[in-house]
Amino acid sequence: MISESLVDISRLQFAITALYHFLFVPLTLGLSFILAIMESTYVMTGKQVYQDMVKFWGKLFGINFALGVTTGLTMEFQFGTNWAYYSHYVGDIFGAPLAIEGLMAFFLESTMIGLFFFGWDRMSKVQHLAVTWLVAIGSNLSALWILIANGWMQNPVGAEFNFETMRMEMTSFAEVLFNPVAQVKFVHTTSAGYVTGAMFVLGISSYYMLKKRDLPFARRSFAIASSFGFAAILSVIILGDESGYEIGDIQKTKLAAIEAEWETQEPPADFTLIGFPDQEDMETHGALKVPGVLGLIATRSTTEEVKGIKDLLVEHEERIHRGMEAYALLEKMRAGDKSEPTIAAFDALKDDLGYGLLLKKYTENVVDATDEQIKMAAKDSIPQVAPMFWTFRIMVGIGFLMLAMIAISFWSSIRHNMEQKPWLLKAHLWAIPLPWIACEMGWFVAEFGRQPWAIGEVLPTHLAVSSLTMTDLFLSLGSFIGLYTLLLVAEVYLMFKFGRMGPSALHTGRYHHEQNASGASAAPAQAVKDPA
Amino acid sequence: MDYEVLKVIWWVLIGVLLIGFAVTDGFDMGVTALLRVIGRTDSERRVMMNTVGPHWDGNQVWFITAGGAIFAAWPVVYAVAFSGFYWAMLLVLFALFFRPVGFEYRSKVDDPRWRSAWDWGLTIGGAVPALVFGVAFGNLLLGVPFGIDELMRSTYTGSFWALLNPFALLTGLVSLGMLVMHGGTYLQMKTDAQLRERARKVSLWMAVVVAVLFAVAGVWLAMGIDGLVITSTSADIGGVFTPLDKVVEIKEGGWLANYSDYPVTILAPVLAFAGLLLTALMSAANRCALAFVSSSVAIAGIILTAGVSLFPFVMPSSSHPSQSLTLWDVVSSELTLTIMFWVAMVFVPIILCYTAWGYYKMRGRLTTDFIEGNKYSTY
Repeated sequence: MISESLVDISRLQFAITALYHFLFVPLTLGLSFILAIMESTYVMTGKQVYQDMVKFWGKLFGINFALGVTTGLTMEFQFGTNWAYYSHYVGDIFGAPLAIEGLMAFFLESTMIGLFFFGWDRMSKVQHLAVTWLVAIGSNLSALWILIANGWMQNPVGAEFNFETMRMEMTSFAEVLFNPVAQVKFVHTTSAGYVTGAMFVLGISSYYMLKKRDLPFARRSFAIASSFGFAAILSVIILGDESGYEIGDIQKTKLAAIEAEWETQEPPADFTLIGFPDQEDMETHGALKVPGVLGLIATRSTTEEVKGIKDLLVEHEERIHRGMEAYALLEKMRAGDKSEPTIAAFDALKDDLGYGLLLKKYTENVVDATDEQIKMAAKDSIPQVAPMFWTFRIMVGIGFLMLAMIAISFWSSIRHNMEQKPWLLKAHLWAIPLPWIACEMGWFVAEFGRQPWAIGEVLPTHLAVSSLTMTDLFLSLGSFIGLYTLLLVAEVYLMFKFGRMGPSALHTGRYHHEQNASGASAAPAQAVKDPA
Repeated sequence: MDYEVLKVIWWVLIGVLLIGFAVTDGFDMGVTALLRVIGRTDSERRVMMNTVGPHWDGNQVWFITAGGAIFAAWPVVYAVAFSGFYWAMLLVLFALFFRPVGFEYRSKVDDPRWRSAWDWGLTIGGAVPALVFGVAFGNLLLGVPFGIDELMRSTYTGSFWALLNPFALLTGLVSLGMLVMHGGTYLQMKTDAQLRERARKVSLWMAVVVAVLFAVAGVWLAMGIDGLVITSTSADIGGVFTPLDKVVEIKEGGWLANYSDYPVTILAPVLAFAGLLLTALMSAANRCALAFVSSSVAIAGIILTAGVSLFPFVMPSSSHPSQSLTLWDVVSSELTLTIMFWVAMVFVPIILCYTAWGYYKMRGRLTTDFIEGNKYSTY
């Protein structure tokens, strides 16, 4: 049997490397569009300051992008290295979007990024603008395919188990593509990236305004980021709500865990705003409830119920029993009995095979599981509620806080008075980490909430690991942590160095630090004057 | 399209992706492996980095896409090879970490210690993967100890150190040598003055060294390494066929059987040797573009030789020969192979077009003067 600690460390390694990768992805998604907007403005108006903006924010983009590429490599390797059984079991479906991502999106993004940085003097303005847009489109298409893959892990549609090959196989590519979970995830995640890009530019531009330097540059950056960010944050929240509705429909267990919904309530269900979920007693202490709201969000009706965890447990236990029967039939077929009645009986039960496999954690044979083991497996089918409950609330809370900040900034930038609001500028500077926290929380809710499944109701995480040793895992986890820390230190160092330097980093002679360095003769007023 | 034909097509396509990877990403790995060897001054090193600056990232996607395509089309290989070669894969991965950051971060700080550290990073990022890929291929020819159970879970029973045996190290050197040679031919085209002269010598000598090593590996394969042959199957290889459905036997000199059964396959090693010879001659004659083309042909020939020798095997098992992986039993379902075939048919030509446009836009030689005049906007 597979050791539980091996599974835990494999999960920890995946979580650490994925969360780390996801520190760099959102900024790439958002900043690439902001760069494209800035460059479009440059091409339309011909004003030098906009080209400087593209080049300067492009430098920060590059520093971030390098680590995005680096850590993305790990993701490409890791399904095979650490989740070999997963790769075998669902590679037929899951591999396709990853390969298509490479062919359709990553090639485009990576080829164009080189031209973006080094092609300024090698092509016309319009050609370079096209290159920048293609970087943005490429990176966002990349997100689309990754989220189609991830959406399939959450909601495995368009596939069927094949007992001869012992794996899931694709039955409909269209269903995998138009998986509703993948679609809402894509728009929610990319919008979150746009917000991240906007908050990043807002925060750093605010810093320049607080320091009263390179003001025309900072103001214009602030204006573009706040309008882009305003559209993005509205989209995140609205589409986040749409995700809630999709989850309510498809991933009932995840929804119940997020909301600490122990009992099935009379519809429309109350929403627990805050409280302390207790997994053992299956209740939430000190719960503060808002009547009817959960029912409205999750079902868009006042009459449909939201299933509680206790009822889900009963349901899952029944499915485990059916899964055991399915497993018995599978063994029979694998042993050579391919008669029609056996296959028909298996087909009737195979949707529950995954629930049978949950027992593999407790017994190799599955069919001989005791009642106690079945009860434990059913209990495993509910993710830990408290972490879900809290991370979700932190994410949503930050979302609304950013909505307020960006809305005020958007309004102020229309009125041209943000510089009179130092509190707003300071808030933006200190708020730079917020979108990252929200993104990581979002990842956690989506993926921790998928447990105990690697592929929703099909393949338990427990079975998905590679046959490795604990030594392998400890050493590789340690190496990842060591190398990633080293790289992060270098990245943050450069971000601060260039962020502080501002557009002077371009060495055009038009900005603050160079003006001062060249002495009093270069009238300080020059620095403030619009370089356009 | 027939499932059996699709299976063969996908063997070809994976080969094309691997060759595409070695020909494109191969030269930038070669260039960074040479960074500390022929780049004597900071400016020279920057020239070298900037010759591949606009392209290394796009080139690297050949590698990523080859990985993705193996996942999608050969999920069994992806599962068995990546987990079995765990430490070899992680070694490649860790080495590759230093490339994106090395390129991007190195010249952003003036401190010579900072720059020297990233130069080492880039050297490792070029040389280590080149070496390990060759070692992996050598081990495929020797067979790898793994087995597959009834539920199709694979277990590797060897160790990382066992991969570093003499034959595999030899093939590792072939691989490293060919990418260094290839990087040299690229530098001949993209640099001038002394750097170009040094690159020319590297390509010339590497072509000779690789030809010798490749010949030794060939003799070793013929004399000292047993091949495999499928003796019976319990299902149709053109239909649903798993790694547990065949009997495989060990056969002396088996890896050369394809060359006598299908004489046309001898073209693969012939291409390799011809490419190597021409690389040396063209480098000697200072015909840099032709040297680059010859070197590309040599790489294609060498990879093709490895593939043809193994055919139809892709990952032989030394401990359970019958469970060896072949192109018939590692594939995805017919539907997935069909979809992925059409996706590749549509996108590969598009990729080739814009990649070519990118190289066209960035054409020409780089000089140390250019780097010194643009030190804030180049790598």
